Amino acid sequence: MAIAAPSISSAGASTQPGGGAALAAEQLSIFYSDKEAVKKVDLSFAPSSVTALIGPSGCGKSTFLRSLNRMNDTIASASMKGSIWLDGEDINAPGTDVVTLRQRIGMVWQKPNPFYKSIYENIAFGPRYHGIKNKKELNEIVESCLRRTALWEETKDRLHQSALALSGGQQQRLCIARALSVQPEILLMDEPASALDPVSTAKIEELISELKQEFCIVIVTHNMHQAARVSDKTAFFYMGNLIEHNDTNIIFTNPENKQTDDYISGRFG
Amino acid sequence: MIKRKELDEGLDQLNKMLQEMGDHVESALAKSMHALMTVDAKEAAEIIKQDPELNRLEEKITELGSKLIATQQPVAKDLRRILVAFRISGDLERMGDLSVDIAKVVMRLEGQTLIKPLIDLPRMSEIVQTMIFESIQSYVQENVDLAYKMAKDDDEVDALYSGIIRELFSLMVGDPKTINQSMLLSFVGRYIERIADHATNIGESVAYLVTGKRPDLNA
Repeated sequence: MAIAAPSISSAGASTQPGGGAALAAEQLSIFYSDKEAVKKVDLSFAPSSVTALIGPSGCGKSTFLRSLNRMNDTIASASMKGSIWLDGEDINAPGTDVVTLRQRIGMVWQKPNPFYKSIYENIAFGPRYHGIKNKKELNEIVESCLRRTALWEETKDRLHQSALALSGGQQQRLCIARALSVQPEILLMDEPASALDPVSTAKIEELISELKQEFCIVIVTHNMHQAARVSDKTAFFYMGNLIEHNDTNIIFTNPENKQTDDYISGRFG
Repeated sequence: MIKRKELDEGLDQLNKMLQEMGDHVESALAKSMHALMTVDAKEAAEIIKQDPELNRLEEKITELGSKLIATQQPVAKDLRRILVAFRISGDLERMGDLSVDIAKVVMRLEGQTLIKPLIDLPRMSEIVQTMIFESIQSYVQENVDLAYKMAKDDDEVDALYSGIIRELFSLMVGDPKTINQSMLLSFVGRYIERIADHATNIGESVAYLVTGKRPDLNA
């Protein structure tokens, strides 16, 4: 597995993988045309931690999440001010290699979206794109990613069957395995379990707490109890503002802000 | 502000039951002291008979609180309110038991004349009845100042208790025939003093409910 953590800029220095990188937004504002969807947010994410972004629909949390690996680039009306730092490099600086950026900062979406390919190819695709051709090496990556997402035992005898034949929960774990295949340091998850049944949800949550050892994870969730269960830190967004960011334990037992209290208590939003 | 009907109604219900328990305990202590001063075994028996009602209320609070946790997933202050209701109802139930213990002393004194006029024990009891009332008020009003007042009142109760013990001890030394009754009256002092400690615990619970932090008022 030869994909180490390269610099995202053409001139920058490499960083060491392991534990995930440090990621931070500084005075980040994001606009859709004139509408300010995210307002001057300062928020940093530590390696080997899970941060949950919570808030009512339209509060800016998903927009914020997508900006962290420049997924908003594809939205014509979107623009931003401020900075996002990945190990001290500005991810929006001219000359940034977006492909490398997204290799280092992976994304898992709300609905499982496996490629219309075999289970094996779903995982081998990324590493192959990044230059790994050796069959044995690819086999190792596929097995390791499937093992880490607890899919290996369920799929080892049908690796070359279509990924679409898997259940929803298995497909989502495959998508996480696919994200892992290129050795990211940070995983962004946009409501990764909202389309899943309780058993699959529990497996995804268990997986998140295991992956936390190696990665920095940022998760958007509408499920307050999921945020309470899986995250170390919670950030509450409301109308584009970051209202409160603190240890999850504090947010769910004794938040400082009245709006946070009302939201997590299910009294608004 | 969105209302959470089921949760809010449940929390109201917990409040009402705690107030009911508080009223019951306050009256049980007042009655048991009255029974003591008049050495009225009949009144004492009545107090003992009514105690199961307190136990029943405590069980109902445990049941409703558990149901709200399981079905409503309360967090932050809503959750603290339920945790505190468990704790306060436990304190009140013990306070009820201690009032019953006083009533049992009265039963043992039946037919006797008191060895001395009771002055400090009723004073202690009056302070503690006010503490019971105010501890429940501090809960209902979420009044932390009133909750902290418990610690001050408790000190006063402790001082009175020490005085009572000293007095009864010298009585016993002076006249061994008073030993039996002096012992029983000192037990009463001890029971009232324990009730004050539980009222102080309620003050601590209220401070925790409001601030999320638990002070030690019994220190």
